[in-house]
Order: sequence, then structure tokens, then C-alpha cells
Amino acid sequence: MQKPISKPPIRWHIPVFLAPAFIIYTAIMVIPLLGTIQLSLFSDIDGEQVFVGLANFKTLLGDPRWAQQFWNALVNNTWFFIVHMLVQNPIGILLAALLSSNKLRMKAFYRTSIFIPTILSFVIVGFAWKLILSPIWGVAPSMLDAVGLKSLFAPWLGKEEYALTTLALISVWQFVGIPMMLIYAAMLSIPDEILEAAECDGITGISQFWKVKLPLILPSIGIISILTFVGNFNAFDLIYSVQGALAGPNFATDVLGTFMFRTFFGFQLQLGDPNMGSAIASIMFVIILIGVSIYLFGIQTRLRRYQF
Amino acid sequence: MSVDIKTTARSQVTFRAIAAHAILITYTLIALFPVFVIVINSFKSRKAIFREPLSVPTPETFSLKGYETVLKQGDFVLYFQNSLVVTVASLTMVLLFGAMAAFALSEYRFRGNLLTGLYLAIGIMIPIRLGTVAILEMMVASGLVNTLTALILVYTAQGLPLAIFILTEFMQGISDDLKNAGRIDGLSEYTIFGVLVLPLIRPALATVAVFTMIPIWNDLWFPLILAPAEETKTITLGAQVFIGQFVTDWNAVLASLSLAIIPVLVLYLIFSRQLIKGITAGAVK
Repeated sequence: MQKPISKPPIRWHIPVFLAPAFIIYTAIMVIPLLGTIQLSLFSDIDGEQVFVGLANFKTLLGDPRWAQQFWNALVNNTWFFIVHMLVQNPIGILLAALLSSNKLRMKAFYRTSIFIPTILSFVIVGFAWKLILSPIWGVAPSMLDAVGLKSLFAPWLGKEEYALTTLALISVWQFVGIPMMLIYAAMLSIPDEILEAAECDGITGISQFWKVKLPLILPSIGIISILTFVGNFNAFDLIYSVQGALAGPNFATDVLGTFMFRTFFGFQLQLGDPNMGSAIASIMFVIILIGVSIYLFGIQTRLRRYQF
Repeated sequence: MSVDIKTTARSQVTFRAIAAHAILITYTLIALFPVFVIVINSFKSRKAIFREPLSVPTPETFSLKGYETVLKQGDFVLYFQNSLVVTVASLTMVLLFGAMAAFALSEYRFRGNLLTGLYLAIGIMIPIRLGTVAILEMMVASGLVNTLTALILVYTAQGLPLAIFILTEFMQGISDDLKNAGRIDGLSEYTIFGVLVLPLIRPALATVAVFTMIPIWNDLWFPLILAPAEETKTITLGAQVFIGQFVTDWNAVLASLSLAIIPVLVLYLIFSRQLIKGITAGAVK
């Protein structure tokens, strides 16, 4: 007699291994994210939460008082991102390219030093630059004076037309280490044979970078672009610690993060409004989702990957 | 003739090396200059801070007044302790739970494996901050506002997606022979994970630790919203508030900034080799 084939026993260790991470992640991250989207569809009417559909979004985009602030924050945020893409990532790639050349000495020293700003908190970075750029202390003006450019000095953080760019550049200063490290790692992974072959063909130095290395590191450039995008459209701390929740002067440095914080918690005479705050968070969610989708489906799939 | 070509080639190479060093040194100076200015001025008297901001402290200008003010005024020891508790606790949970989940995902084939992996990876791209409004409501409802537990839970959730992703990739590279040998010897799956696999992934754990630790230690958003009370302030929030109150006392501001820089800097210098190894490990493997 043959025994009936018994079902394999349930492998209890699999759920046991997965459970803690799964539960915490779901409870603290996924459910609140969905909860925020849900909250944005409600409104507080006489102390009661009432379902209002997309009315909050209509207010945000249609009511002149809200719309003006929202578009201001979105435009500022976009500029903040553009500055990072134009300054931070090219500098990061340049530094990585220099660091990855074979015979260079003191590599570890440069790498370690250039990465230091990245590990500092926004509070330190914000205040340090605020002090250095302060016209009262005068480190920046006296340094410009030393090279004969004193006339160029302006209280950059206090002027509406310069403040946002200045803050973006401070943020670039802080985070340039990240693209540098990622690109550096990508360049190290290029096999020596390929570079030697290029050298045999007489392609060296700068033309080697453009013709051989750059095409090979394009996927990494894609990754740093999307990381920059997510980070920038989620920015808050630096602006809050330098300019406060009002993102002065005259909202010139307001980004979506500070706008959401102000709306949620209220400031000065305006009361906090969790529903409108959630609406802003939901829009940020959509923006980030669109960006990530463009990257995943539009860019990443088209990049050619080379297998060594 | 051939000698000529050689020397030009060599001088070209030297020129390139010099140019590379020049650019790197310039950028290193830009990166370190603000930190340097803050730290040297924190050791100077008020007069010297303003008169000679760029010179190092001399015996005449040396002063520790700022540090005295800071250590007398703020509860920096308490803040520091809070930050330490929050960072260490969330880091432990991220590493342990992350490694467990990564082990399950990389070791076993089961229905929903890929889906679970994708679900856990969404969090890499979507920032947890967007859920703040609902997180705060939840913490209020469960009475966790102004507790370190709230921060620890949030940071654990924040760190898990990337940790699981990196550790899964890494664990796929561990040979099956070792684990199967363990199974033949009758070890349980838990023992295989804890005794055989965990020690092998130590380098990956160190990398994840550094990546997880820095944003937790430096975060301003969640301490500000979830735990702004005096007894639960983290060092980052404490420094923000403190500096806000003492804007005019330059000695105190500079001293508190230096005090906030030094612990992170020391930690970084200890871990930096590991960090760089970790980042490049993926590439060199």
C-alpha cells in the first residue's frame, strides 16, 4: 500500500522571519501614507470630519490665496531641483572621475574630506553658512575683499532674488559627496581591460572619459538623478533651519515641504489644518510618483547596461 | 626622436596629475572651510571672533566662554543621550528585522516572494514624511507622542526598505553549500540564520548601518513633530532651539555648533573606511 502523499508542512520560519519588518513597515509607513491620502479627502466642518471629495485640492489649486502659495512653492522647488542637477551632479561626476584615475595619490584623504559635509546635520550646515554669509560677521565679504571682489557681496540669504539659489548651493555643498561616491563606485567597476584597450587605441585622458567611461556610468547617473529628485521634492530641514517655517524673505525660499509644514501646524495667526496639509502631502506624493515612474519606465529601461 | 616623444608624454601625464590634484584640493578646501571657520572661532574671545574671523586662536585670543555658556545652559547631556538611545535602538531593529526579512526573501522560494520584495521596496522611493499627518494622529491616539518610542518606530520603518534591499542582494551571493551542510547537521533555520549567515554578512550590515544612522541622527522633522518635549528632545532639535535662542551670543552659538559637529565627525572617521569599502564593494565584487 502506498501512503497518500502528505502536504508539505507549513514552513513557519518564513512568516516568522518576515513578520517584524512587514508589520512595522506596514503599520508605520504604508498605512499612514494611505491615511494621509484619505485625510486629504475630508474636511473639518464644525469639529467633524466630513467627506468632501476633491474639494481640498480644488481650494489648493483654485482659491487665489492658496494657489498663489502653492505655485510659488512648486516653482521654487523645481528651481531647487534644477540647481542640484546643474551643479551638484556634474561636480560629483567630475570629482569621481578625477578620483578614479589610477595613479592618483591621497585618494582616501580627498574622498573622506569631501564627504564630511554630507554627514553633518542640516542644523549645523544651515547655521554655519548663515554665520559665514552674514554681513555682520563678515567672513564672506572679507574673503571677497582679499581677491578684490568685495563689490560682489550682498546679503545673499536676505535678498528675495538670491536667497533660494544660495540655499540650493548650500545644499549642493552638503550633498555633493553622494553623487561622487556612487559614480566613483561605478567607475571602479569598469574593467581594466576595457580601459587598456582604449589606451591602445590612443584614447586617453579627457576623450577616454567622454567616449568610454561616461557611456558606461550612465545607469548610475540615472540613479543619482532620481535620488536627487526624490530628495529635493521632499526637502524641508535646511530651509527650516536657515529661514524658519515662514521660508523668508517674503516666501522666496518656500518649497513644498515648508508649505506643508506651515499648513499642517499653522503659523502666526493662521490655525493648522491637517486636511489641507494632507492635500499638499498627497500632491507631493503624486509628483514623486510621477518622477519615479518616468525614471523606471522611461529612462531606466532604455539605458543600455553592459555586462562585464 | 623617440626620447622626445617619451618626455612629452611624461610631462603630459605629470601635468594631468597636477591639474587633478589642484581641482581636488580646491574642492576639499571648499568642503572643509566652513567647518574649520566654525571650530576655530568657537575657541576665541568675542572680540577676536569679529576682528580676525579667519585666524586661528592665539594665547591672547583663546577663550572657552562659549563652551561654558553652552554646558551651563542647555541640557545637552540629556539631548545627546536621547539621540543615542533613538539611533542605537532604531539601528538595531533595522539591522535585525531587515536581515531576517532579507534572509526569508533570498533563501526560500514561496508564493508571493517577488510581490513581498516589491512591496517592501516601494519605501525606498516614497519618503515616509508624506505620511506625517497620519503618523502624528496615530501616535496621539496611542499615547506615544513625546516618547522616544515614537521616534524609534518611525525610524525603523524608514530604514527597513533600503536595508532589506541591500541585504537581499548581498545574501543571494552566499553559497548554499554552507547552509545545506548546516541543514544536514540538523540545525534549525533560525540557527542557520543566526549562527551561519549573520556573521558572513557583517560588511553589508556595516554599510547599511552607516547609511541608516546618518539620517536618523541628523533628522529634524520627526523630533520637531513627534517629540518636541524638553525631556525627549534629540541633539539636533536641541541645537536648533538653543541656537535660535542665543543668536546674539556668538560664542555660545559657535561652541554649540562645534559640539554638535564633533561626535558625528569622530563616528564618521571611525566608520569611513567601512563606508567606502561598502559603497565600492557592490562594484568590485
